Amino acid sequence: MGPIRFPEDFQGQWVVFFSHPADFTPVCTTEFVAFAKLNEEFQKRNVQLLGLSIDSNFSHIAWVMNIKEKLGIEIPFPIVADADGKVARLYGMLHPGESTTATVRAVFVIDPNGKIRAIIYYPLTTGRNMREILRLIDALQTADMHGVATPADWVPVPQTWEFTEENTKVIVPPPVTYEDAVKRLKDGYECADWYFCKKKLG
Amino acid sequence: MGCVSPDGKLSERAISFLRLVKEIGSVEPQEVARITGRPLFQVRSSLRELAEKGFLQEEGNRYRLTEKGLEAIS
Repeated sequence: MGPIRFPEDFQGQWVVFFSHPADFTPVCTTEFVAFAKLNEEFQKRNVQLLGLSIDSNFSHIAWVMNIKEKLGIEIPFPIVADADGKVARLYGMLHPGESTTATVRAVFVIDPNGKIRAIIYYPLTTGRNMREILRLIDALQTADMHGVATPADWVPVPQTWEFTEENTKVIVPPPVTYEDAVKRLKDGYECADWYFCKKKLG
Repeated sequence: MGCVSPDGKLSERAISFLRLVKEIGSVEPQEVARITGRPLFQVRSSLRELAEKGFLQEEGNRYRLTEKGLEAIS
């Protein structure tokens, strides 16, 4: 594949363009896995997912391969390697008071005509609810198709969002030194890899 | 760096796209995406690159095989 032209190459499709703070960070990994698991649902709605972080192409490749190896999940969407942060600055994905190098958890919903229809920002500490993003797509598409608006908590069909014991676990802040990374796997947490450990509170 | 390596070698994806264009005659990116199951942005980018390298000829939103493209898959 050659270079991508954005948004022209996505014309005719909805795009969920989202940023994550950095590769090889735990909350982002849970988000990527959650997006990957819902990718088919997004595809059914003619939505292309597109990620971005201020990382290199090699970092993206290594991280995606790591996710496949450690969690058995294939990431089915492209990730922009915005190593110099140019795109992140253009889209306002770097927020004062958060970080100068890590993008916040931004979501831009772009319609088939290339128009930004919705923007969501979550802080670095908090993983997004991907079903809410899917619900937002449903609401926008329904509004367009039927010339209506949708109320609070609207859903296209009655449904229960399933949350299991797994959803109650929290992320252990990742180690920041080599020594701590080596030690982390022996700390008794539930770890998929040195940077990605969860625990139950209380 | 995508469909065509610096030494002019075509990727498997590029060859499959060229074969499809040969089979159909003249294609729009949307048709290629539908038939191959590849994402539309990827198909658009690939067909554009193949046209820039002379393997395809772009006519509006449609692509057809050139002599060079035909040679590449013969």
